Amino acid sequence: MASETLTTSYYIQHHLTNLTYGKLPDGTWGVAQNNEQVAQMGFWAIHLDTMFFSVLLGIAFLLMFRVVAKTANSDVPSGWQNFIESVVEFVDTSVRGSFTAKNDLVAPLALTVFVWIFLMNAIKLLPVDMIPGLAGLMGLPYTKIVPTTDPNATFGMALGVFALMIYYSIKIKGPGGFGAELAFQPFPKWMFPVNLVLEGVGLIAKPVSLALRLFGNMYAGEIIFILIAAMYGAGLLLGAFAGLLQLGWAIFHLLVVTLQAFIFMTLTIVYMDMAHQEHH
Amino acid sequence: MNINATLLGQAIAFFVFVWFCMKFVWPPIIAALEERKKKIADGLAAAERGKHEQELAEQRAAEVIAQAKQEAAAIINQAQKRANEIVDESKSTARVEGERIVAAANAEIEQEVNRAREQLRGQVVSIAVAGAGKVLKREIDAKAHDELLNDLVTQI
Repeated sequence: MASETLTTSYYIQHHLTNLTYGKLPDGTWGVAQNNEQVAQMGFWAIHLDTMFFSVLLGIAFLLMFRVVAKTANSDVPSGWQNFIESVVEFVDTSVRGSFTAKNDLVAPLALTVFVWIFLMNAIKLLPVDMIPGLAGLMGLPYTKIVPTTDPNATFGMALGVFALMIYYSIKIKGPGGFGAELAFQPFPKWMFPVNLVLEGVGLIAKPVSLALRLFGNMYAGEIIFILIAAMYGAGLLLGAFAGLLQLGWAIFHLLVVTLQAFIFMTLTIVYMDMAHQEHH
Repeated sequence: MNINATLLGQAIAFFVFVWFCMKFVWPPIIAALEERKKKIADGLAAAERGKHEQELAEQRAAEVIAQAKQEAAAIINQAQKRANEIVDESKSTARVEGERIVAAANAEIEQEVNRAREQLRGQVVSIAVAGAGKVLKREIDAKAHDELLNDLVTQI
């Protein structure tokens, strides 16, 4: 009994570990073979699987859209162009609805965020053992294919959005204006330390919530998928039940995948809009 | 779940993708969309204009047809009137002419009759005279034939 729980928890643990490249305990650089090594690598290590799949999907996104952009014309659109144009139109409508200032960066930013995150979320609909299994055959100890279940990916994007927010806040309002926004409200000026703490927390909360919301949803969904996958090994009846569960969960996740990408995009637009507003 | 340099890698990848999208993906597609929007709007406006013009043309055509009908009716009326006039005119002319011809014929006939009568009278007188002469040659009985001769003369 003990060995079975061990294998199940090992199975789950294994699926939740990234392929990490960093400095090994013996001083050489390489891929970590177990969790202890991963823990010892510290900050200067990199998740090869997260990077690989996120960049792959990002390039896939850009290729898909670039193909249309290259031949885009105002004639009657056909198949693929139609699809890409409806996505662009959808993002453009969202940006027009929430973003009131004028900035040519925001709409492409929103499109990138939406489609990239959607693709990164969507590959979790692949069976949890498929690509890691293939990678295992190729000799890789760990593979976690869904980049958005890695907080590094979601925080990386949220930090990108945060940097743009700070950049445009300072650019539009000036350092003084941005500072005044942080220090002189909501309370009177003499209470500026309180204001600074409140507004500072509010400011930091934006990227953190952005990243954690996406990560939390995707990570929890992934764990459910892994748990369902672990059920396959528990006999014929439970295995069949697990198949049904996986189907249901995958269908439900079609919604979550799209919704989380949409939420991330909408909040990005809203935060960028707030960065462009002179007064609150 | 450890935060490590992947964070930086992701942020860099994020910026690169956003930059690429902003530079090479978004502008051409949105330009094409705008252009098509404009094209469609122009097309709709043109269709609207065409429809309006067609309505105007139809209206004008109806007016022209109505006017033509009116003119045709007027012309027919006038023609009928003119025809009646001509018929009346020729009727009266014919009547006058006929009357003139009849009158001329009558006059001629009368003349002819008179001439014939004069001729006849002369001839009868000469015949009568010749007859009388022949009779008188045989028997001149003035008393007995005076009455007869007188009667003859008056008859002629």
